[in-house]
Amino acid sequence: MNKNKNRQGKVIFSEYLRGDGIKKAISLKREEILLELKTSKLKGRGGAGFPTSTKWMLTAASISDEKYIICNADEGEPGTFKDRVLLVEYPELVMDGMVIAGYTIGAKKGIIYLRGEYEYLLKSLQDYLNEMRKDNLLGKDILGKVGFEFDIEIFLGSGAYVCGEETALIESLEGNRGEARNRPPYPVNTGYNGKPTSVNNVETLATIPHIVLKGAEWFLNVGTDNSSGSKLFSVSGDCAKPGVYELPWGTTINELLNLVEAKNTKAVQIGGASGFCIPKSQFDRKLSYEDISTGGSVIIFNESRNMLKVLKNFMEFFVEESCGQCTPCRIGNVKLLEGVEMIEKGEHTFTYLNKLKDLGKTMQVASKCGLGQSSPNSFISILENFKDEVLNYSNGGNNGRI
Amino acid sequence: MFVEEKTSLAEEIELLVKKHGNNRSALLTILHEIQKKHRYISDYAQQEIARHLNIHPVEVYSVISFYSFLNSKPKGRNIVRICQTISCDMKGKESLVKAIERELKIKIGDTTKDNKFTVEFANCLGLCDESPAMSINDRVYTKLTPEKAIKLLNEVK
Ligand code: SF4
Ligand code: FES
Repeated sequence: MNKNKNRQGKVIFSEYLRGDGIKKAISLKREEILLELKTSKLKGRGGAGFPTSTKWMLTAASISDEKYIICNADEGEPGTFKDRVLLVEYPELVMDGMVIAGYTIGAKKGIIYLRGEYEYLLKSLQDYLNEMRKDNLLGKDILGKVGFEFDIEIFLGSGAYVCGEETALIESLEGNRGEARNRPPYPVNTGYNGKPTSVNNVETLATIPHIVLKGAEWFLNVGTDNSSGSKLFSVSGDCAKPGVYELPWGTTINELLNLVEAKNTKAVQIGGASGFCIPKSQFDRKLSYEDISTGGSVIIFNESRNMLKVLKNFMEFFVEESCGQCTPCRIGNVKLLEGVEMIEKGEHTFTYLNKLKDLGKTMQVASKCGLGQSSPNSFISILENFKDEVLNYSNGGNNGRI
Repeated sequence: MFVEEKTSLAEEIELLVKKHGNNRSALLTILHEIQKKHRYISDYAQQEIARHLNIHPVEVYSVISFYSFLNSKPKGRNIVRICQTISCDMKGKESLVKAIERELKIKIGDTTKDNKFTVEFANCLGLCDESPAMSINDRVYTKLTPEKAIKLLNEVK
């Protein structure tokens, strides 16, 4: 562990010593921490972008003898691996973030929901937690703060993408099928075991110790007006330097492509299978909550790639991962995949494709959870932005143009 | 199934329940451990777990059927999972699959005759920067070539 720590970035990868954030936090009142977070305008880094301070305030305000802080380490979005890097190379950030969360919302217990695919990280993470216990960063009267008690346990997932959705994750923790719940009630007051629970992304938690230690003003200096701070991007696909990069919000796609040495890029998928496919003509767009908001997956396609094949791969993914609980998503994704196969075989009609796009829009509003709400994004954006290429084959070359 | 086997499995489950408690929230952890050791969760195991946790066996089955890492049918001693998602797909997943199918003389999804391997597809393993990736049991391997993949399989006992 802790090898290869030469990464650079303005927030997450900036200097940090294990325990420092906790020390600072316990010298403050809970309200002071909440206020600092509110001023920092930190938003959840998993993709949805909900203000972290609001989530914590609601959980802190719920009255209960038991509360939980859950670290959502179920990253399963295709093209995402930042949590893996954080957990392997920067566990101190994630764990200290959890301890600070526990202190702030008044929880005694933290749970890391680790995706089953990351089972190989389990041992080193448990060793790390034991070290923290030895050094009184976990346990009773943490760092001498009388009455402050907190510990972390790790729960291993079993291979279900939908468990990344916070209510499905809670169902899974409770020993059930990972099916999303109806909301309200929200986890902040009725979460794990019916108790107030704050579910936070690994990256969000890793950002917290820095903000607590260095202040909201410092954090606000990075990023744009509505997207404060930085973001980790998981970059893969056609480029010379794939990997995890920390970049300020507001970075353009072009800037990112240069950094990772991508050549002859035709398209970039932002946000994984559930995100959007951006064509070359829009590479000056900004990665930020106000323009292209994302959990950080960036998949790069060069001129040689067939976008219909890409879309088919995404739709197959959703057909497999839909939990099947609600109809728009269960049936809708199958229909969209069939549509892709029709195009592949040249058996589509335009009337039908338009119907499918409408179906996609219905899924976006009528599905119960984020999976079904976002799974049509690729279908719609690839069919719209790469029309000429996708329909080329069956329309007699160049989409029928001469 | 022989009676002794049944008893040893029952004992095992009893120990797991002692360790993790008989709350519903212990279910997945218990299933995970049985799965890990036996590569599947038999009908008998499901019934025993249900009895200890005071739930209907159908509940246990319905949970198993939901998660792709849990099986109610026997599998090979080693489970090989090849990532089929886009980044690995672009970096040669198909040639890995073909080489493995040729070498083991099975199709993806099947188990070898000697019961040594079950080969499956996996969705994104979170190793897209080092694609193509695959896992053998709970270990992962990256930047594979067909040759490297076969070498790894040959090293497995
Ligand atoms: S949208 Fe899809 S994944 Fe979500 S609850 Fe409905 S069927 Fe399940
Ligand atoms: S696409 Fe294969 S590991 Fe992510």
